[in-house]
Amino acid sequence: MKLEEVKEILNAEVLCGHDRLSEEVNTACGADLMSDVLASKDEKSLLLTGLTNVQVVRTAEVLGDIVCIVFVRGKEPGPEILDMAASASIVVMKTDYPLFIACGLLYKNGLNCGSEF
Amino acid sequence: MKPYTMDFDVKARDFSSAGESSSKFRKTLLMLSIPSDIVRRASIAAYEAEMNIVIHSYGGKMHFEIYKDKIVIVAEDTGPGIKDLELAMKEGYSTAPKEVIEMGFGAGMGLPNMKRNADTMEIVNHDESGTKIVMTINF
Repeated sequence: MKLEEVKEILNAEVLCGHDRLSEEVNTACGADLMSDVLASKDEKSLLLTGLTNVQVVRTAEVLGDIVCIVFVRGKEPGPEILDMAASASIVVMKTDYPLFIACGLLYKNGLNCGSEF
Repeated sequence: MKPYTMDFDVKARDFSSAGESSSKFRKTLLMLSIPSDIVRRASIAAYEAEMNIVIHSYGGKMHFEIYKDKIVIVAEDTGPGIKDLELAMKEGYSTAPKEVIEMGFGAGMGLPNMKRNADTMEIVNHDESGTKIVMTINF
């Protein structure tokens, strides 16, 4: 799924990486626990989270395959988060939807997680 | 052949720079054209170890050795050690304080996640004088 579609489906606002919306994500992961994110096997992935601190970007950076972070529930990440995401080439969006609905909408539109269940 | 080495000090409870050494380590691995699945596993193992030092210890250091065919990660801190190692290895068991859990860590996945990503993980020491963990990733 293209990031442009993610933005449309979630009615999201792009906060960083406006020029990269044509990029694709293959999987998504919704979590507030960064160790759970680190345990995932997703590739070219989208991370949806309600957690707004620098460790979210650090986790995405260390994993290396998270293309975009979506902050849910209308949460506004601070400038240090956006700076860090920009230098790590990670797209950042925010949506007013809560985590459950945001994940549900993307799932309904064909985006899945990387692991088999 | 002598390995390429990197050393970093890791401060206790410094969450703003937590993960910086793992991030620099990862960038070096990429620069050295190490295969991407190895980079991913080594970065995750290093980051979890580094976060453990930040969260649980009085401070410590991360040491990295990059060889032609393997990576060695050494995480060493100055205490207070791991009280119950068997429990600490169990997924979901956590002794992290509330403010750490609020930051998205302390889910009780650190040591299990390190073990999963490394080919070998040896806990050399875990008494009150400190904890030393050595991990290797072969490629």
